[in-house]
Amino acid sequence: MNESLLRELVPAVIGVLVRRGADFAAAEDAVQDALVEAMRKWPDDPPRDPKGWLVTVAWRKFLDAVRADTSRRRREELVEAEPVSDRGGAVDDTLQLYFLCAHPSLTPASAVALTLRAVGGLTTRQIAQAYLVPETTMGQRISRAKRTVAGVRLDQPGDVATVLRVLYLVFNEGYSGDIDLSAEAIRLTRQLAARINHEEVAGLLALMLLHHARRPARTGPDGRLVPLAEQDRSQWNTQLITEGVEILQAALARDRLGEFQAQAAIAALHADAQTAEETDWVQIVEWYDELIGLNDSSVARLNRAVAVGEADGPRAGLAAIEGLDPSLPRHAAAAAYLHERDGDPVAAARLYAQAARSAPNIPERDHLTRQAARLNTQLRGHPQAAN
Amino acid sequence: MAKYLLLKHYRGAPAPINDVPMDQWTPEEVSAHMQFMRDWAARLEGTGEYVDGQALSPEGAWVRYDGEGRPPVTDGPFAETKDLIAGWMVIDVETYDRALQLAGELSAAPGAGGKPIHEWLEVRPFYGEQATATE
Repeated sequence: MNESLLRELVPAVIGVLVRRGADFAAAEDAVQDALVEAMRKWPDDPPRDPKGWLVTVAWRKFLDAVRADTSRRRREELVEAEPVSDRGGAVDDTLQLYFLCAHPSLTPASAVALTLRAVGGLTTRQIAQAYLVPETTMGQRISRAKRTVAGVRLDQPGDVATVLRVLYLVFNEGYSGDIDLSAEAIRLTRQLAARINHEEVAGLLALMLLHHARRPARTGPDGRLVPLAEQDRSQWNTQLITEGVEILQAALARDRLGEFQAQAAIAALHADAQTAEETDWVQIVEWYDELIGLNDSSVARLNRAVAVGEADGPRAGLAAIEGLDPSLPRHAAAAAYLHERDGDPVAAARLYAQAARSAPNIPERDHLTRQAARLNTQLRGHPQAAN
Repeated sequence: MAKYLLLKHYRGAPAPINDVPMDQWTPEEVSAHMQFMRDWAARLEGTGEYVDGQALSPEGAWVRYDGEGRPPVTDGPFAETKDLIAGWMVIDVETYDRALQLAGELSAAPGAGGKPIHEWLEVRPFYGEQATATE
């Protein structure tokens, strides 16, 4: 049994303990302890019934914890008195955990950490490594999150939109260290899509698959960022693209458009183009209009301006960018791109250098610095210098 | 072993010998510089001397407490500051001389024209741990 199969059992096992009378925080702790023990013991001695093993060990850990805490004696008696049953109730435990871990009372960082642990079955150490913080810091973040949701009843229906926001945050974190958070977010979104029939869950899953399909082409051999137009499209994962497009089409057919479906539609149009030149920019602009109609954000307007620059020429793009707040993330980079296409390399070079100074991460900073360097080199009269 | 902080400055260090802003290099020179930095850190990890390294964005501000019930005062973004840190590397090495040697190597990172930048780096010793066995 591999680790990801083991992790899939975690939310269900938490659900069993909660139904036996443990509160969520204690159940989650006990399952985490059992998970750590499973990772240590199973490689040499795999159990025949992994879920049964986890339930037994987690329940024992829970009782040990209750007994160790004498101030909880009353609850211990309560727990011991309750009939023990593993029968599933009418509610889907795993689905309820998604809602609880993305509860609106939690900060985004807390919701992400709690989701990865209680629904994703990752250990605190793995989550800490993925987010490059000390394990004790992540442990505290999770404990605080559990205290925040302590009073929330597990059988209340939750808000799908909050869950999707959390999963999208995890997806965008990418991967560092041992844990591939994008792949983990896809796994959790798949699991959610299997449990709930909702067009935006499908939209988000399609969006993730279509982005993930391009990942091999997004970084060069030396770790540098390769922009969409320059990517080697033969490296795109066609299987993921096909799956993403099918899921998206089924979702769109329900005629209840949402932001994730609109973003997935844009990603699908990019995925559909054999070469960058064949991209259907006119349709992409139309989807940005839909997106802005659903939620008018300046980020969407900035992206739309770049698409307009491709569909109707750089002048139209520059006109579309006018009036947007220049302090917007990537505003200078978008303006630089449009100015270069408009035949103004001096303004473009200046804007690329400015964009590099406010880049949100090192690969983007290096990419933008190279763009400025490329234009400045050309301006000095070395037209042979390419990217 | 002793730990040292190697500090790199956007501003505030004496001017390097090969002092050309990065956006005035060729793209190949930019790439060569990035590669040098990656290789250098990887080699230090290999020798067991690397502890940590982070790069800082040039953006930010000064902040200070302004009294009970008042929001903190900010001054920035760094318009007046003379010193601006670009990043750091923490190394754990046998001797001070080794720390100087490594900082010297890092300062030789290639810049414009593929020539070493000769950038001034600040080398700062950490306070050590109190010895367990003392006379």
